[in-house]
Amino acid sequence: MSGLGARGRITIPLAAIGIFAVAYALASAYVTDQYYQLMLTLVLIWAVMGSSWNLLSGYAGLISFGHAAFFGLGAYTVTLLLTQFDVSPWFGIPAGALVGAVAAMVIGYPTFRLRGHYFALAMLAYPLALLYVFEWLGYQEIALPMKRVDPARYMQFSDNHVYTMLALSLLVAALLISLAVERSRFGMSLLAIKQNEPAAEAAGIDTLRWKMRALVLSGAVAALAGGLYAVVLLVITPQTVFGMLTSAQALVVTLVGGVGTMWGPVIGAAILVPLSETLQARLGNVVPGIQGVVYGVAIILVILLAPEGVFWRIRDRLAARKRPGAREPAPAPMRPIGEVAVSAHAAADRAPILEVSDLSRSFGGLQAVEGVSFAVRRGAILGIIGPNGAGKTTLFNLLNGFLPPDRGRVVCEGRDLIGLKPNQICRLGVGRTFQVVRSFSRMSVLQNVVVGALAAARSDSEAVEMARVALARVGLTDRASATAGTLSNQGLRLMELARAVAARPKLLLLDETLAGLGRQEVEEMIATIRSLAADGTTIVIIEHTMHAMVRLAEELLVLDHGRRLTVGSPAEVTRDPVVIEAYLGRKWVTAGVAG
Amino acid sequence: MQTQAMVEDFFQALTAGILDGSIYGLMCVGLGLIFGVMRVINFAQGEFLMLGMYFTLYIATGLALTALLGPYAGPFAGVALAGLALYAGGYLLHRYLVSRVTGTRAVGAEGEGHYAQLILTLGVALILQNGGLIVFGSTPQSLRTPLSASAWEIGLPFGDSAAVLVNKARAVAFLVSIATTAGLFWFIHRSHLGKALRAAADNPEAAIYMGIDVDRAHRIAFGIGTGVTAVAGGLVATYYPFQPYVGLEFVIIMYAGVVLGGMGSILGAFWGGMTIGLVQQLSALVLPFQLQNVAIFAVFLLVVLVRPQGLYGRSVDRT
Repeated sequence: MSGLGARGRITIPLAAIGIFAVAYALASAYVTDQYYQLMLTLVLIWAVMGSSWNLLSGYAGLISFGHAAFFGLGAYTVTLLLTQFDVSPWFGIPAGALVGAVAAMVIGYPTFRLRGHYFALAMLAYPLALLYVFEWLGYQEIALPMKRVDPARYMQFSDNHVYTMLALSLLVAALLISLAVERSRFGMSLLAIKQNEPAAEAAGIDTLRWKMRALVLSGAVAALAGGLYAVVLLVITPQTVFGMLTSAQALVVTLVGGVGTMWGPVIGAAILVPLSETLQARLGNVVPGIQGVVYGVAIILVILLAPEGVFWRIRDRLAARKRPGAREPAPAPMRPIGEVAVSAHAAADRAPILEVSDLSRSFGGLQAVEGVSFAVRRGAILGIIGPNGAGKTTLFNLLNGFLPPDRGRVVCEGRDLIGLKPNQICRLGVGRTFQVVRSFSRMSVLQNVVVGALAAARSDSEAVEMARVALARVGLTDRASATAGTLSNQGLRLMELARAVAARPKLLLLDETLAGLGRQEVEEMIATIRSLAADGTTIVIIEHTMHAMVRLAEELLVLDHGRRLTVGSPAEVTRDPVVIEAYLGRKWVTAGVAG
Repeated sequence: MQTQAMVEDFFQALTAGILDGSIYGLMCVGLGLIFGVMRVINFAQGEFLMLGMYFTLYIATGLALTALLGPYAGPFAGVALAGLALYAGGYLLHRYLVSRVTGTRAVGAEGEGHYAQLILTLGVALILQNGGLIVFGSTPQSLRTPLSASAWEIGLPFGDSAAVLVNKARAVAFLVSIATTAGLFWFIHRSHLGKALRAAADNPEAAIYMGIDVDRAHRIAFGIGTGVTAVAGGLVATYYPFQPYVGLEFVIIMYAGVVLGGMGSILGAFWGGMTIGLVQQLSALVLPFQLQNVAIFAVFLLVVLVRPQGLYGRSVDRT
């Protein structure tokens, strides 16, 4: 696991990059054969291309079949600038990166509206469309002209070592970029998006912006690889730079090497590029096609034996050998969350923090929420109850921006929330949890909570600090480094609560936080929620367990069929014949709990 | 008479679009079944098409079907047998390879196993493509029938001699495509097994609780998807020369069609393919030849962006 809040100093990967670069440079110095020298260069170029793919598809999980679009644009920018305008690749390659970045932006805005497979398939269309366009423009095959005068100015060298060094510096740059992404809130946000995009958005992460940044960076890096590829190979065709195999190569080297780690593309390229080139050279003439078959068999074998790539497989092996020393950093000292002074609290006590009026939303013919109005006073705990399908969760989705309402207003501290995106609403101080816990299951508990803290933290280290405080608040400090997927239901509920609390929201929307908990666990959760409220956080909670609700909430809002049935103190509501009829049932009265 | 020539061109393109579109439709139905039921992006689908072409060729000539059944029925019997052979091939491929990275095994894996599925099917595609090169050679082949080179001339109800030419091989392929799609539609919606497949597609977990063998359902869907695509390949082979890399030409069309039509619907996939055929042929009236496929991508992107659920699909988004 990597990312913010992971253990390990940055010096180690930096040193690893340095050692790798020096070793590769030394090794290439000993290679005199031109052909093998070219292969060494190609390994690096495809590793850069893989890194580019990894930035978007590995970290953010948005699989792209279209990275050849950026690669090809980089290659053609370099080539056309040189042949048409006599501009040296020294300028052409950076210019190509710019073209790649702009193309990424143009592609990203429409394409990010799609999810999952649709995104992957739509990306496939771009390079293929470009391929046909470039063929139509008459650029079937362009050679870079040989420059006799001052070749170095045109990035032309008789010594092929130089190309290897150029490619090596490009790869080092790509690795440093990957490292910077991995170790910052950039990578953290992408990781969160990959594992649960709605949860990331609700936790205050501007998912669209981070995805766009990843794509732009990725497009620029792919264009750099393409530009150098043109310089090294001297001849490009639309098929070789925009073709499906180019996109496939980018994802294959990364997937084989290891997804979501900067070393993955390097390992994958180092294994696969020499394999396919050697097969091509040795067997290409004897049995045409044999290299494709062997290549295909090789990647199938790798994927069956190490489904997440060679890197992770080796890492898991090593980790299994090394007994985990359960060393946990000392928990941060407890610190109150809200900075609300008690006197100010009392003064502003009865002013509403949230005002909802006439909120309505329908799905087709179903009126899920209709004309619901209520207000929540600052520092209060409002409970929302109602039978299944009453519109409770839809109401939350309207409040935190997951759904746009058909009509109505939501005003929080004087600001209209309608039309804002979930991450903006979260940044305004409205946190939420989900009916079915949405965790980032492959991240550690601490990292899950860090994601929630990013919205409010000025620096990455502050975010980690805030996350530790939030974990301490809910009593999960001792599980901070556990993987979220290993937590019990209670642990997950607490973690999600900590994630919502980490950014110190003014208003917390809790969707059935007590669901599925045991009796003792419910007591602990109630105590935690109460302590949050005592610190000045206003809480709106959806809950089915009436017994808990009566003790927790100061006020109850009852929904039925999307409409507000009544609102009032628990004592009033539980005696209301309408509520008893619609929701509580006769048993409630005879059991006499409300008394 | 400028206008008449233009109108004639239009109807000719329309006819060609409908004929091509029906075959694309059948290909898309095959892919749509796999994509829709398993949510697996199968890169090897183009190669199944290619295998369908070669199987049809070798079955028709090798088994002397052409000699036995005559030059008309022989090739089409070959198409049917190729479909059956590749049903078995797809079934086994799923049983021994694809199932290792899909279905219940993929739950909990990074990205729900999508990464592994992509690589695996890409590997299969590479093996089939290049293996095809070794076994079948690189010389383009074709399965000529007496129908391939003849056409009906259908008069248009205007102008002096306005007419549309309909290639007979394509016309027969059109009919077979429609019949196969209709048959498959019946199978999926009416038969017991078809209902099980749909249940397994809708909600694999619930289907397991209902006593449906989801893995088996997936195997069968994969087999049928492969077989149907092979049939489409065999039909294309009767009028289009092919070589081992021919799959690449069609795989994009298939995916575009399936996404256009909306995943998980047989008829949607068919209409998606039909749309692609029409766009391809009609765009040739106004665009340069090389940009035909750009038009497809433009329409594809447009539809995907405006209606992500596909032209003929229903929205099932729920927060």
